Amino acid sequence: MEFKDYYLVMGVERSATPEDIKRAHRKLARKYHPDVSKEKDAEARFKELREAYDVLKDPEKRASYDRLGANYKAGQEFSPPPGWASREPQSRDFSGSFQDGDGQDHSAFFDALFRGMGRGSSGDGGAGQQRSHEAFDMHGQDQHAKIQIEIEDSYRGATRNLQLRVQVQDSHGQAHLQERTIEFVIPKGIRAGQHIRLAAQGGPGMGQGSPGDLYLDVEMLPHPLYRTESYDVTMDLPIAPWEAALGGEVVAPTPTGQVEVKIPAGSVTGRKLRLKGRGLPGKVPGDFYFVLKIVQPVPDGDAERAAYAALQAAFKTFNPRAQVEALEKELENQ
Amino acid sequence: MTPNFTLAQPPQTVTSAVMEELTELTLEDLCRACAVQADIIIELVNEGVMESAAAQLEIPPEHWRFTGLHLYRAKIAMRLHRDLGVNFAGAALALQLMDEIDTLRAHIRDA
Repeated sequence: MEFKDYYLVMGVERSATPEDIKRAHRKLARKYHPDVSKEKDAEARFKELREAYDVLKDPEKRASYDRLGANYKAGQEFSPPPGWASREPQSRDFSGSFQDGDGQDHSAFFDALFRGMGRGSSGDGGAGQQRSHEAFDMHGQDQHAKIQIEIEDSYRGATRNLQLRVQVQDSHGQAHLQERTIEFVIPKGIRAGQHIRLAAQGGPGMGQGSPGDLYLDVEMLPHPLYRTESYDVTMDLPIAPWEAALGGEVVAPTPTGQVEVKIPAGSVTGRKLRLKGRGLPGKVPGDFYFVLKIVQPVPDGDAERAAYAALQAAFKTFNPRAQVEALEKELENQ
Repeated sequence: MTPNFTLAQPPQTVTSAVMEELTELTLEDLCRACAVQADIIIELVNEGVMESAAAQLEIPPEHWRFTGLHLYRAKIAMRLHRDLGVNFAGAALALQLMDEIDTLRAHIRDA
């Protein structure tokens, strides 16, 4: 297994005081907390931090860790020294998730060093062992993971597979990792920021306790054409100046297929055209909006320049900056 | 490390529920889901962690109703309390600011 440099993880010197360690933990926890952080590897960093803090905040564990010496480098191959009271390494791995629990999610390195050591920092061994497996029933921990979906998944609904690596205990209390694939439905009309609950797919319960639930945070991947706000879906629709001025029919895509859009004569940039009920599905489905964006051609050649000149001649009184000038005047008068 | 793997099994189909639409959680449901006593939930409501539930403070707690979104916010607040040492008022502020950041990010993306 790999050696973990807990001092490096926490960014403190080996000589750091308990106060230094606490401060470093607070600072990094704020930065990498999975509920707060937008950092990409926040969950992994937070787990690492929690493990490092679990060791360094506890004088007994820290002393044991320090006894390994300062010569190991992070990532170096490591096996516990002879006579170290270790048992078979255990790992509680659930890729891409973080847990509600109080930090039982440790690396093999941690388990090899500290398995069997009390969780409490009081030092009286007996009381530290209160988390034994036999004695009581406990509801399993809820777990969280993110799923990314496409906008089309929300329109049509989708089925996804998810690979879980979960720890199960056999009748002897031995832990095994089990790989398991579950299949679940992404319901139609799902939106960004919603959560899907997969009942009883979280951490195992203890004793007769029921397993926890698995919560999936839904993230919608940005779409090159469509954007969503609540149930409504919007798309910018580029049109030519004459389509805007004279009106017309244009063919445009929507997530449910191509549609023919009637552009009313005299439209301006920013005008919204609504397709009622064509947004994300739901009890009250959202609406789909085209936002008109006038795109003007760059003239190339005499004929095209003449066409712009004719426009100019026809719109002698048109002042595109009329509003700017009016506001400017208003500001001067204040 | 060579953990003991048991052989992969064929996919098991599980039922998904969208939390925000699991309406009508009682105070008791919420306590069970969060594994806390009612006084903690009452404190969370008082501190504004579940803002839209605060209107219910007028009526007796046994008649309160929550949604999946409330449950989700309660859990975040409790994790922030546990991991960052903020009190519930601080967690409520963090949640509110995170909502604002999300809205602003969406605006930037759509601009």
